[in-house]
Amino acid sequence: MDFGTISRRHLLQGSAALALGSTLGVRGAAAAETTVGFIYVGSRDDYGYNQAHAQGAAALKKLPGIKVVEEEKVPETDAVEKTIESMINLDGATLLFPTSFGYYNPHVVKMAGKFPKVHFEHCGGLWSDKDPKNAGSYFGYIDEAQYISGIVAGYSTKSGKLGFVAAKPIPQVLRNINAFTLGARLANPKATTQVIFTGDWSMPVKEAEATNSLIDQGVDVLTCHVDGPKTMVENAARRGAMVCGYHVNQSPLAPKAYLTGAEWNWEALYPKFVKMIVAGEAIPNFYRGGLKEEIVKVSPYGEMVSAEARKHADDVKAKFMSGEYTIFKGPIADNKGKTVIAGGTDRGQQDPELEKMDYLVEGVIGATA
Amino acid sequence: MADASLGLWTVPLAVFGGAIRVSTPFLFVSLGECITERSGRINLGLEGTLVMGAMSAYGISYLSGSPWLGVLAAGITGALFGALHAGICSLPRVNDIAVGIALMLLGTGLAFFLGKPLIEPTAARLPAIDFGWWSDVPQLRAALRINVLFLIGVAIAPLLYWAFKTTRWGLLIRTAGESADAARAMGHSVLLIRLRATMVGGFLAGIGGSFLSLFYPGSWNEGLSSGQGITAVALVIFARWDPMLCLWASLAFGGAAALGPALQSVGITSGYHLFNAAPYILTLAIMIITCSPKRTLTGAPAELSITR
Repeated sequence: MDFGTISRRHLLQGSAALALGSTLGVRGAAAAETTVGFIYVGSRDDYGYNQAHAQGAAALKKLPGIKVVEEEKVPETDAVEKTIESMINLDGATLLFPTSFGYYNPHVVKMAGKFPKVHFEHCGGLWSDKDPKNAGSYFGYIDEAQYISGIVAGYSTKSGKLGFVAAKPIPQVLRNINAFTLGARLANPKATTQVIFTGDWSMPVKEAEATNSLIDQGVDVLTCHVDGPKTMVENAARRGAMVCGYHVNQSPLAPKAYLTGAEWNWEALYPKFVKMIVAGEAIPNFYRGGLKEEIVKVSPYGEMVSAEARKHADDVKAKFMSGEYTIFKGPIADNKGKTVIAGGTDRGQQDPELEKMDYLVEGVIGATA
Repeated sequence: MADASLGLWTVPLAVFGGAIRVSTPFLFVSLGECITERSGRINLGLEGTLVMGAMSAYGISYLSGSPWLGVLAAGITGALFGALHAGICSLPRVNDIAVGIALMLLGTGLAFFLGKPLIEPTAARLPAIDFGWWSDVPQLRAALRINVLFLIGVAIAPLLYWAFKTTRWGLLIRTAGESADAARAMGHSVLLIRLRATMVGGFLAGIGGSFLSLFYPGSWNEGLSSGQGITAVALVIFARWDPMLCLWASLAFGGAAALGPALQSVGITSGYHLFNAAPYILTLAIMIITCSPKRTLTGAPAELSITR
């Protein structure tokens, strides 16, 4: 190996190690180690999407014989291919987690073709039969956790008005909004969810304005689907509203206002993947699941969550864990009065129709366009 | 219900509240840029200065526990960036716009790099003054929780207007901006005047950044500015290099930024992308209405590289 040339990545690694005191970038360790590479689109301590993945990476660091290399703020362009190549060629990574949705096509597909012995696990659920077999795409049904958040929110609201700060009206976001609302209406059939779309994944000023506008309208419990929920959580708590978190547990930011939240559970899934690879098992190319499969989880309840709410939420959670619960169970009407799921039709967790969702259910105030 | 909703009244209230909450960074950056441009230079790097200011304010506030120390640190950082811009531009045949773009990239990049460990911790915030004590409408009280930086910004605008018009310093800055030769003939160093003007501009822009991280939205993250610095630089042209117009333009931009979310919150949901774009449509419209092929922009300092 050539130590004479310092790649951009190693420079970054070195500086990250310097800044964060982490122990990255030490090469030449025991040959028996498996090196796992993590690539994040943003900063890994953003209290959001990237932090959730970084927590999964941290869980892997604790396993014996596993070395983790990480790179943050890699854009969804050719840059990710360079990162992948250097992780493979310089660090000897044999398992890679390119964690952002937009990395997959064409970058991960191309790299998987070029390095057939390396395993790629992409987050987003995009794998199809035509793609290389050493690539896979996993995905979590976080709407199940949002549904539990909704139940808790439905019990906790005094005004019956809930607020949802969302980035864009794409199917995953709409599914979260709908699940949250359906959960809330289980607890309080009159509850409504007011949704505001900010237009992009990270717009702190817009998110703060949306939070303030919702609270001005009488909303007293808020949740969100943006990359970094910190802005919403802090601003809502300052105005005395309650919040349900997203991506990771934000209760340290607002311990008094935090009810519960929908979290990713990558720290359970990633060690599972690594164990499968070490044992020589094949990870299904298309891997997905919800609460039962330990891909998502619910934050511990905050102190102001009532006993009644806890019980109801725990009951439903238990049903999810045994796999006998369906959120999108007909009849369900959208907020314009049109029936979107007919009576008698159950759209289960894995139903592909749900991935095309383009409506907001009855009880949501807002529009998809 | 005690906190009954205000229905449609939320919209004007949110625009009013938004004008106060969102406008402060626009106000500081545009006033700062106004001083710099009046002296005959364009500092496009203020976006970088704003982000650097936000980061250093948050960092210093977190480490020292005093948000005011953070504001000061942001101002000093901004002034240093201003000095760097002016210093490089003092060299012969250097284009101030190109240097500005370089400093914009440097400022944001450096702030993201140094600010990495600051994303997670929570720093002490600037206090707000409660001007709504007389009202029992909670929404109005929330809108009237005003930060003192906003008031300082509002006070600087007329002060600057007066200073440009009547003080010796104002005249010198304007002279350097209108005719460098005239300033030189009077025996003044144009470079020194511009250095000072750019440093003061950077100082104000840095303070604008501290408002973002220490008051509203009130935490440091990498998407914090999302182009507000560059919008504010454009605002100066929009405001015809007049500090008072900068104030009104900043308020209008702040209010317009609140319009999109507020309309959605009362159920007017169609075309929210259009409402979110309201400030930019407004700018374009005014630019088109007021431009003319026959003359340069009214009020434009003659020494600016875009008018020369």
